[in-house]
Amino acid sequence: MTPVQLIFLAVAAVTLAAALMVVLTRNLIHAALWLIVTLFGVAVFYVLLNAGFFAVVQVVVYIGAIAILFIFAAMLTRRVMQDTGPQLNAGSWLAGLVAVLSFGGLVAVLSQWPGFSSQAAALPEGADPLVQLGTALVSPDAYVLPFELASVLLVAAMIGAITVSLEKKP
Amino acid sequence: MDHPITIIARWLETLMLGWGLAPGAVTTILTLLGAAVVGAFGLGLVIFTIWLERKLYARIQDRLGPNRVGPWGILQTFPDMIKIFTKEFITPDGADKVVYNLAPILSVSAVLLTWAVIPFAPAIIGTDVNVGVLYLVAVGSLGALSIIMAGWSSNNKYAMLGAFRAVAQMVSYEVPMVLALLIPVLLAQTMKMNGLVEAQQVWFIFYVPIAALIFFITSLAETGRAPFDLLEAESELVAGFQTEYSGLKFGMFYVGEFLHAFTISALTATLFLGGWQGLGAERFPILGTIFFFIKTFAVYFVVIWIRISLPRLRIDQLLNFSWKFLTPLALVLLLATAIVEKLWLDLYPSLNLVVGAVPWVHAGVHFVLNLLILWGMLNLLKPHKVKTRRTVAEPRPVAVAPEPPVSEIS
Repeated sequence: MTPVQLIFLAVAAVTLAAALMVVLTRNLIHAALWLIVTLFGVAVFYVLLNAGFFAVVQVVVYIGAIAILFIFAAMLTRRVMQDTGPQLNAGSWLAGLVAVLSFGGLVAVLSQWPGFSSQAAALPEGADPLVQLGTALVSPDAYVLPFELASVLLVAAMIGAITVSLEKKP
Repeated sequence: MDHPITIIARWLETLMLGWGLAPGAVTTILTLLGAAVVGAFGLGLVIFTIWLERKLYARIQDRLGPNRVGPWGILQTFPDMIKIFTKEFITPDGADKVVYNLAPILSVSAVLLTWAVIPFAPAIIGTDVNVGVLYLVAVGSLGALSIIMAGWSSNNKYAMLGAFRAVAQMVSYEVPMVLALLIPVLLAQTMKMNGLVEAQQVWFIFYVPIAALIFFITSLAETGRAPFDLLEAESELVAGFQTEYSGLKFGMFYVGEFLHAFTISALTATLFLGGWQGLGAERFPILGTIFFFIKTFAVYFVVIWIRISLPRLRIDQLLNFSWKFLTPLALVLLLATAIVEKLWLDLYPSLNLVVGAVPWVHAGVHFVLNLLILWGMLNLLKPHKVKTRRTVAEPRPVAVAPEPPVSEIS
C-alpha cells in the first residue's frame, strides 16, 4: 500500500465515524461540531485528489459559513445549554434503511460507469488546474449555463430570505 | 548569494544524504523541520511582541511599562510565562469538557496555520500553494470557530454572549475582507502569495489604497481587538468568550490574539506593501527578509496605535459599518477595478510606453479610479453627516482647577 492509500483509509474512517456521530449524537451543537470534522475529512479527500482549490473552498464555504451558521442557529434554540430533549419521533430505523438503500443504489449505478474502475488521466504537464477550472466555468461551450443558473438560484434564495424577514409596513 | 536558510537547508540535506537516508525521507524530514521552525518562530516572536506592545501601550499613555526584568524590561514576558504555567486549571461546573479544552488549541493553531503561506523572502515560504489567498480566508474562519466553541462550552452566559457577538462580527467582516482580497488577486492575476509579491514592482497600496484600507480594517476586526473588541468587552461581559478560562488555557487565547495581530500586519505588508520587494532583494534574499520585517513592524505599530487610541464601538454601529459601508464600497471598488483592469490590458500595448514606466502608469490609472470612488463616496455620505449632537445635560464641573499661586503668575 502506498502512503497516499494509507492516508485515504485513515481519513475515510474518521470521516465516516464523524458522519455517524452527526446523526447519532443527541446534542445539537455536538452534531454541528462532528459535521465540521466530516466536512474537513472531505476537504482532505480533495487534497488527495490534487484539487487544492476545492479543498480550500470546502473549508471556506462549508466550515467557515454553513457549519458556523448551523451552530448559530442551534445556539438560538432554547435548550442550548442543556444536553438533550425528548426524542419526538421514533423513525430513525427508517432513515437508516433509506440511507443504506440509497448508498447501495448509488454504488450499483456508478459501477456501470467506465470511470469507476479505471485510473484518472494524468494532468497535462505545466497546466494550472485553477486556470482551467476558471476558463471552463465561463466559456460558452463548457459550463457557463449551469454556473449562471446556480447564481440565479442563489439570488432567488437571497431575495426569498429578505422577503420573508422583511417587516410588513402597517 | 543565497539566503542563510537556503544554505542551512542544503547543508542539512547533504548531511542526511551522507548518512545514507533515502532522498524521499530526507525531503520529508526537511519539510517537517521547516514547519516546526516556522511555528516555533511565530510563537517565539510573540514573546517579543507582547513586550513591545506593553511598552508602546505604556509610553503612549505616559507610563513606563515593564521596566524591572532585563534592560528596558525586555525579559518581562519570561516571568509572566512561568507564572501562567504554574496557575491552576479551573473547569467550570457543567462545562463541555472536550470542546472546552479544544477551543484554545484551535485558537492558536488557526493563527499559526496562516504562517505557512507568508513569503519571508523570494524562496523562503512554507508552501506556495496556488490558492494562497483563499487559504488565508479558510484558516481565518477556523479562528471564529474556536471562539464559538469557547463561548458555548463554558456554561456561562457572559461567555455565550461574547460568542454570539464574535459570530456576528467575524461573519460580517469576512464579506468585505474577501472582496478586498480579490482586488490584489485581480491585479496580480494569481492567488499565489509569492506571485502576489512579485507582481508588486509598485506596491499595491499605490494602486488601490481603498482596498488596502478595507483589508486592514476588516482584518483588525477579525483579530477582535480594540476598537473591535466586543467579544471581550471587559466593561460589559467580564471577559467575553474567555471568561471561564484560566492558567495556560487563557494563555493560549492571549498568545493567539497577539500572534493574530502580528500576522495581520505581516499579511498587510505582503499583500499591499510589497512583502519582500525592495532594493536588491532579488540578488540578496536576506535583504528581502529584512524589508519584510521592517514593513511588518511598521504596520504592527499602526495596529497597536489604533488599539490604544480608539474607544470600543457598539455592536450595532460595528455591524452597520460593515454591511452598510464597507461591503458596498468593496463591491463598487471590485467592479470598477475589474473593468478598468480589463480596459488597461486591452489598451496599454497601443500606448507605446517605456518598459520601466508601465507599472507606474498602471498604478496611476487605478489610483485615479480610487480617488474618484472616494470622492463619490464622500458626496453620497454628505447628507448623512451628523450636524448637531444631542446634548444630554449641561456639563457641571465638580472639581475646578485650583488657582495657581500668586508667585507663579508674575
